[in-house]
Amino acid sequence: MLVLALGAFGYILWRRVALLRAAAPSPRFDRIGERLRRLLTIGFGQSRQPRYWVAGPLHIVIFAGFLVLSVRSLTLIGEAFSPGFADIGQGYAAVKDWTGLLVLLGCGLAAYRRLVVKPARYHDRNAGESHTPEALLILGLISTLMIADAVYDGTGLLLNGEGGSGAEPMAALAAAILGGSEGTLGGLHLAAFWVHNAVLLVFLCFLPLGKHFHVLSALPNVFFSKLDAGGKIKPPSYIEDDFDALESVGVSKLEDFGWKQLLDAYTCTDCGRCSDHCPAYASGTPLSPRMISIKTREAAYAQYPVRGSVVPPEQRPALVGETITEGELWSCTTCGACEEACPVMIEYIDKVVDMRRSLVDDGALPATLQKPMAALEKRGNPYGKMARKRGEWAEGAEGEEPVVRTLKKGDEAEVLYFTDSCAAFDPRIQETASAFGRVLARAGVDAGTLGKDEVDSGHEARRFGEEGLFLSLKDKNEAAFEERDFARVVTTDPHAMNALRHDYELEQPVLHHSQLIAELVADGKLELGAIGDGRRYTFHDPCYLGRHNGDYRSPRRVLDAIPGLETVEMERSANRSFCCGGGSLYLFNETECERRMGEIRLDQAAEAGAQVVVTACPFCLINLEDAIKTTGRDGEMEAIDLAELVARATGDAEPVTENE
Amino acid sequence: MDIYVCIKRVADTSEVEIEIDRSGRALEEEDFSFDINEWDNFAVEAAVQLKEQHGGTVTALTVGGEDDEEVLRRALAMGCDAALHLSDEAFEGSDAWGVATVLAAALKGKPCDLVLLGAVSGDEGRGQVGGFLAGMLDLPLVALATGLTVDGAKATVRHEVEGGLERVVELGLPAVVTVQTGINEPRYVSIRGIRKVSGMEIPVLGAGELDLDASAVGAAGARVTLEELFLPPKGEGAEILEGSDDERIDKLVDMLHERGGL
Repeated sequence: MLVLALGAFGYILWRRVALLRAAAPSPRFDRIGERLRRLLTIGFGQSRQPRYWVAGPLHIVIFAGFLVLSVRSLTLIGEAFSPGFADIGQGYAAVKDWTGLLVLLGCGLAAYRRLVVKPARYHDRNAGESHTPEALLILGLISTLMIADAVYDGTGLLLNGEGGSGAEPMAALAAAILGGSEGTLGGLHLAAFWVHNAVLLVFLCFLPLGKHFHVLSALPNVFFSKLDAGGKIKPPSYIEDDFDALESVGVSKLEDFGWKQLLDAYTCTDCGRCSDHCPAYASGTPLSPRMISIKTREAAYAQYPVRGSVVPPEQRPALVGETITEGELWSCTTCGACEEACPVMIEYIDKVVDMRRSLVDDGALPATLQKPMAALEKRGNPYGKMARKRGEWAEGAEGEEPVVRTLKKGDEAEVLYFTDSCAAFDPRIQETASAFGRVLARAGVDAGTLGKDEVDSGHEARRFGEEGLFLSLKDKNEAAFEERDFARVVTTDPHAMNALRHDYELEQPVLHHSQLIAELVADGKLELGAIGDGRRYTFHDPCYLGRHNGDYRSPRRVLDAIPGLETVEMERSANRSFCCGGGSLYLFNETECERRMGEIRLDQAAEAGAQVVVTACPFCLINLEDAIKTTGRDGEMEAIDLAELVARATGDAEPVTENE
Repeated sequence: MDIYVCIKRVADTSEVEIEIDRSGRALEEEDFSFDINEWDNFAVEAAVQLKEQHGGTVTALTVGGEDDEEVLRRALAMGCDAALHLSDEAFEGSDAWGVATVLAAALKGKPCDLVLLGAVSGDEGRGQVGGFLAGMLDLPLVALATGLTVDGAKATVRHEVEGGLERVVELGLPAVVTVQTGINEPRYVSIRGIRKVSGMEIPVLGAGELDLDASAVGAAGARVTLEELFLPPKGEGAEILEGSDDERIDKLVDMLHERGGL
């Protein structure tokens, strides 16, 4: 039986690995120390589980039980070959017995949640059939293991003429319930032994057939997880560096994924934490991140079946366009909430971007995005504005000093202010840029812009899958950087910061304006006075400052430095921040939804009791100001950029436009 | 089936302050960006879709100078099989008749099932070339197509007619069809797509190769000549209302009452 079961298990696993072997490379064998640390904290330490206060600890109990009881499971198999093998001491017996009890209770609670509580997260609105039956089956199998073990030990005690003790409650309980002749007890003892071993082996073979593959793959998946910052996008190819030399781009079939991306799909537990945090799911778009994993896994199981041969690509439904629809892919704002929520470190953004790359290569870019994309190519900004007017906002009114100096070729400055297209052309965001310029001047920072030599950072062009366009924009900006001398770069747009840090890999440090302002305040170069308007403020974390670059503190340090400013935190703050709709090209993107992300976010701010939402991203500001208008909160609530608030706190009289 | 699609590179004047140059007959082009005429983009997509359904080849043509080659590259990237660049100093200053003459010379004698053009161009907006070309080639014409299917030697075309009506006509091939925007959803052309076709050769044909009399085309042969270009004079009577939303609404309602708008 053992040989048969292990043979079957090995065969199934080998078939599963066949797809990983056919997949594109994922270079995940570097930085082993860091990987081991992750394995210990996120893997064995289950550090991401307690985000959910009931399900998390429940899982930790069952997981710890697995670790403790795996010894028992092995020794009990050994018992079949060498009697007494399973007896490894009273200490373990007691720990194991208590663990068994906890796991059994855990299973009972988990089943109760499945059957009675039914959290909304468990069933995805886009899912076909519910996975509850599979979950219950597994809970049943685990419970059977626990009970069989208890019966085995209980009958063992009775057969030895011993009574139960509190040290081994499960065995004692079984001993108390069970009784009968020595023959019956002997039969039960043996039956429990075989039931335990048989169920264990069935369980083992069942794992790689469904969502419980994670029992095997989750720890490796954590070990091989992405170590780079969330904001760093994988290159189109790890093999060929020359983008133009690639034969095909992106992911259009299973094998185009890297093996780690497919291991992700195997590992998905269908727990729904990703979609529970996903703003696209919350706002009713077609996207539910978990379905990307589930559908990829279903495709993998169907196209690389356990029995039968691999289905050739031309006989499969299209992975991108059919299995995973264009609507799903264009709904993602790449905010990273899903990746932050996943307890087993499944990645989504790289997959979405890779699938978009193949859509773009096939010309399947939504019509609403084609004009801004063409404008990026021809004029360096998505609005189609004249390139030579890019620096005009900084020149100030006639006869006045420029707000920020424009650096000509060969010029020097301490700090280069990279504005990106939105601050350069959007009249509302020009106000943010001007406010920031005034703050810099007040603090005596020598700053300058690239003027008309700057083009869009290409951050969204790249994330929309238009790698070629991104590369050409990057070339232009890099040429402009090279012709000027500066020690640091600052941006008022977290997307631009992310691009310059991770997509450009600029030599100079790239700061977000909240970071520079926090530094100026700490160094005493900028003194902030009270605002004293009696309103309550809350900070909305921009995805690309917070989650993708790990800075939740700088903007809060600045807010704390404003005397008497009353602040509250939203429930979804810091790494749980709720994306308000995405930036740059997302403003042109029309995806169907029930309620806009910005409106949901504004509701959350109102619930927290805030009248002013402070943010530090031009697109957040646009999205939130829109939401103030569309939810009829004009006059009741205000959205403001941190730079504008700081300008107010320095006594700068320049008014910020009230929502009209 | 063999399809020819005639396209034009035009200036994108959106977001640009239009200025007349010193000659008074042309615009300052410094701030313009150029791209394929929007209508022609739909024509190319229609041609490529027909080829994908029925097989055959699509050839893109343009009449213009060196810079205009970029729209042919773009058409190749969209799926056209070949391109012809009709370029000659003698073609400069052509009116619509001249352009049609050059196109007709290039198409004459070629096996052809369908000639597609954009219904009108975004720069000069005359909408004449399709009609002239059909006449010169002695082919039937349907203008302003909003739907196009081909079945054997027959095409079924839905097209706009006056009064906001549309009608469906059937015609035998070969034929000339001019295409209205919205007939399809043109595919996106990525930077990579353009680069992939950068090595494809595009033959350049001048008046000599086309066997054209230079005096019949270009400025010399133009029957319509441009006299003057000017920006419409600023009108009078526009008012901008000031005040809060409510004040402005009140003022607007009052004005509409006073001046008989309501």
